[in-house]
Amino acid sequence: MSLVPEIDYGTPASRAEKMVTLTIDGNEITVPEGTSIMRASMEAGIKVPKLCATDMVDAFGSCRLCLVEIEGRNGTPASCTTPVAPGLVVHTQTGRLKDIRKGVMELYISDHPLDCLTCAANGDCELQDMAGAVGLRDVRYGYEGDNHVKARNSGEINAKWMPKDESNPYFTYDPSKCIVCSRCVRACEEVQGTFALTIEGRGFGSRVSPGMHEHFVDSECVSCGACVQACPTATLTEKSVIDIGQPEHSVVTTCAYCGVGCSFKAEMRGEELVRMVPWKDGQANRGHSCVKGRFAYGYSTHKDRILNPMIREKISDPWREVTWDEAYAHVAAEFRRIQYQYGRDSIGGITSSRCTNEETYLVQKLIRAGFGNNNVDTCARVCHSPTGYGLGQTFGTSAGTQNFDSVEHTDVVIVIGANPTDGHPVFASRLKKRLRQGAKLIVIDPRRTELVSSPHIKASYHLPLKPGTNVAVVTALAHVIVTEGLYDERFIRERCDWSEFEDWAAFVAEPRHSPEAIEQFTGVDPETLRGAARLFATGGNGSIYYGLGVTEHSQGSTTVIAIANLAMATGNIGREGVGVNPLRGQNNVQGSCDMGSFPHELPGYRHISDDATREIFEKLWGVKLNNEPGLRIPNMLDAAVEGTFKGLYIQGEDILQSDPDTKHVSAGLAAMECVVVQDLFLNETANYAHVFLPGSTFLEKDGTFTNAERRINRVRRVMTPKNGYADWEVTQNLAQAMGLNWNYRHPSEIMDEIAATTPSFALVSYDYLEKMGSVQWPCNEKSPQGSPIMHINGFVRGKGKFIRTEYVATDEKTGPRFPLLLTTGRVLSQYNVGAQTRRTENVVWHEEDRLEIHPHDAENRGIRDGDWVRLASRAGETTLRALVTDRVATGVVYTTFHHPTTQANVITTDFSDWATNCPEYKVTAVQISPSNGPSDWQIEYDELARRSRRIAGKLEAAE
Amino acid sequence: MNVHVTGDIGARTLAIVSDLKGLEGPLLPILHEIQAEFGYVPQECLPVIAAELNLSRAEVHGVVTFYHDYRDHPAGRHVLKLCRAEACQSMGGDEIAERVKSLLGIDFHQTTLDGAVTLEPIYCLGLCSCAPAAMLDGEVHGRVDADLARELVAEARR
Repeated sequence: MSLVPEIDYGTPASRAEKMVTLTIDGNEITVPEGTSIMRASMEAGIKVPKLCATDMVDAFGSCRLCLVEIEGRNGTPASCTTPVAPGLVVHTQTGRLKDIRKGVMELYISDHPLDCLTCAANGDCELQDMAGAVGLRDVRYGYEGDNHVKARNSGEINAKWMPKDESNPYFTYDPSKCIVCSRCVRACEEVQGTFALTIEGRGFGSRVSPGMHEHFVDSECVSCGACVQACPTATLTEKSVIDIGQPEHSVVTTCAYCGVGCSFKAEMRGEELVRMVPWKDGQANRGHSCVKGRFAYGYSTHKDRILNPMIREKISDPWREVTWDEAYAHVAAEFRRIQYQYGRDSIGGITSSRCTNEETYLVQKLIRAGFGNNNVDTCARVCHSPTGYGLGQTFGTSAGTQNFDSVEHTDVVIVIGANPTDGHPVFASRLKKRLRQGAKLIVIDPRRTELVSSPHIKASYHLPLKPGTNVAVVTALAHVIVTEGLYDERFIRERCDWSEFEDWAAFVAEPRHSPEAIEQFTGVDPETLRGAARLFATGGNGSIYYGLGVTEHSQGSTTVIAIANLAMATGNIGREGVGVNPLRGQNNVQGSCDMGSFPHELPGYRHISDDATREIFEKLWGVKLNNEPGLRIPNMLDAAVEGTFKGLYIQGEDILQSDPDTKHVSAGLAAMECVVVQDLFLNETANYAHVFLPGSTFLEKDGTFTNAERRINRVRRVMTPKNGYADWEVTQNLAQAMGLNWNYRHPSEIMDEIAATTPSFALVSYDYLEKMGSVQWPCNEKSPQGSPIMHINGFVRGKGKFIRTEYVATDEKTGPRFPLLLTTGRVLSQYNVGAQTRRTENVVWHEEDRLEIHPHDAENRGIRDGDWVRLASRAGETTLRALVTDRVATGVVYTTFHHPTTQANVITTDFSDWATNCPEYKVTAVQISPSNGPSDWQIEYDELARRSRRIAGKLEAAE
Repeated sequence: MNVHVTGDIGARTLAIVSDLKGLEGPLLPILHEIQAEFGYVPQECLPVIAAELNLSRAEVHGVVTFYHDYRDHPAGRHVLKLCRAEACQSMGGDEIAERVKSLLGIDFHQTTLDGAVTLEPIYCLGLCSCAPAAMLDGEVHGRVDADLARELVAEARR
């Protein structure tokens, strides 16, 4: 094994189609017009020495090391900033160039410490490499003069020296090693788009400064790691590399955080993970990363991880560690007993959007084939189930229409109900890059998110609607487009059903859908809305990106349909730069839906009542499948409270914390007789569990994740599972204990079974993924290369379907007792319920959930910034600290749900989407009042959690 | 003249930014105006300017620190700048500099204890033909000799 090689071409690739031929060092080379001489050389295998150039950022021309000579041209131009031209004859190594380069290196080294042997970058230092490449043997200037290297110069304090900044938990900034190449500054600007770094001062006084000469952690830095990756020296270095040393091999794998699905190289020393480095060939992230994927993997070795299976009779008992066999036998016996006693339908399972496709497939197979019912559901129920329904109805597939690269071709973007800079940071960086190139942005969100206004980003229109009025606003956009004749008639006639369009157009054209008519309850200025509609319809390639702010409503499915209508009416489907793009929350939420995790669907979104589909699986699995859809999560909980549902197998999901109306969830779980939780940690749901099966991390197993763009990415095992087994093995062993004859030796065999039974995965296999890197489904005979963009020559369902979208106000209404609307979201540094990120250094950025409240609402209630407040709804109450900010409008409050002590879901109600039961997290009527501390529920719950985490024979951790 | 005013820096910065943000490339004019208003560029102004111009704090900081003319703290009531570039040095600038330093009793970058004068080096006033050159409160003086230096110091002292 060795490190996965990555070539640095020095400057970004040119997109030009015209080719240019030139001669470099006697080799004839043909490259696209606009390519730099540096890149052209590298493509021919000729390395031109360089320090300030790297192919993630544009050429800069400051280091003066990459100079070349061109016949017929004066001087020595920099190869990074000089584009190729036909017939050029270039020399990269001449006597003159040698002397210049040596001279330049001498100057660099005269102000650089000579501690190479003990330097963290030893073995991975471009400055060292270049000193070697140019043959530097001596530094004529000596080391005694002015410098940034030594804390003291012959006894005197050296004012130019700066101490290391170790404030960021993951990397250090050592100014003494900086050569001021500006790669970090440019990476922060061009790749990440945060602009947190600058060069302060000038000349010999120039240095890299985070913010206004601040510590990294206090600056605008979002810790994405792009600067660390760009740094050619040890100036910016991962602390893990300082601690461990350089990695010796690396493996390409896929991040297990959000739905962007970034490809990373896990750089290893033996079985020890040294660092995660974004992989440039990763087609979702193109070499970029965020703080979570890049740095927040410490949870995988956290002391809280449970490594042995555990059992208890009652949830009030302490846990008892048992062997795996005992655990399997216990679960099998209990599930069989419950089914015998209460009927076949009295047990079920929940698949995980965090686990691999193969694992999800096995869990649903266990339930359908082993339990003999269809009581399987997944956490997509609570996030993107309306996407599946809405896009399925209108377009014919339950997934986004584009790849992430498509954003590079878009001209107008609508972001609705999504906060990509926090939730999907790598996509946000790609979007921001396009916006800086001139694309226009429309943000529809109750909050003034970072995309509305941040350095070099300004939304053309921000529609700050009242939570819960998405349908009205999107329908009003359509109203403007239809009544002003801005729709794309040719596209609609060609690809959609014209009479359905006419019906829909007549509906949206009704005056009650006009921006002026809806202003009263949406709070959106009609002129702004009209401007946004005109821009979207006429601004060129229009794309729509949306998140949970769309789906998690009582009309979630309706909004998805309204969005699809809008895209069809403006002809924005079926090519690059357009489309409808759900930003999926979890790494494999797309995959878990694809794998048949819903009670009514077999893998590939085929209905359980379809005889032909059932037959495929019945034949292969050798069992008779039930043709009736099973229970959804909320129905399971209802049935449990009623006493007809008694056993649940939950793989990698924390429904107690993530599902709405916590009290109802806990009541349902408490009423069951055998709750089996398979997870890394004793999560909140495990407080109500009888059996705990330790889970494994994404670093410990092989498999595939499917990201938001339908891309099937490989996950590769880089270390032995600490708990002994990958999750798919645990499910298989459990199935065997229940008498099923399963004998998968490797996840690739599970994928082969998926491919054999599911047409949209027909050509997918591990060998094929190895060859292709990744593919986007559908991947079959029709599209063997996969399908980056869908509906290219027509919709999957045949004709695109326009559906009327009637706005119906949610039943969750504000009134005198609960006058404010609570909506929820996330922050960049934490992920979902925080089970992983809370167990990393990411808590530096977000140690608690805060309630954002507008200064007016705060003042009315006598609340100051940082005060404890009581947050009460019709469902329950909790307490947390207030953050007074005008990011939220008056009448709206906002919080995150990353910390279990906050229990934001004690507040949320059990209203849900009419079509899919997706809970209405985003709208809850609440009242806020000052408070002294935790609510009774929080105190009781803390006590319960403490008691239910006891493990017999182990002392409780003193906290 | 460097007049020191105290007051609500944020609000006044905001007013200056609102006036000038319509210009093409408004950052430098805004910083000039801020320096004219406060006598220096207070650190508290930077985040306000950044937010208003849709820039990052880092970017504004980078610009401010690039130009020596933007001060991070108030100068004396008068600022005397002596040209230290090649032409002036060759015409006896060093001598003049030493003379002025001893007259004021301070070194470059320092301000007299009574807050009257700040002495600064400058690298080329573009007045090489009249070297050595100096600038007192924005007014240039050429062919500075011992007498003129004394006069300038006296004027600045007032």
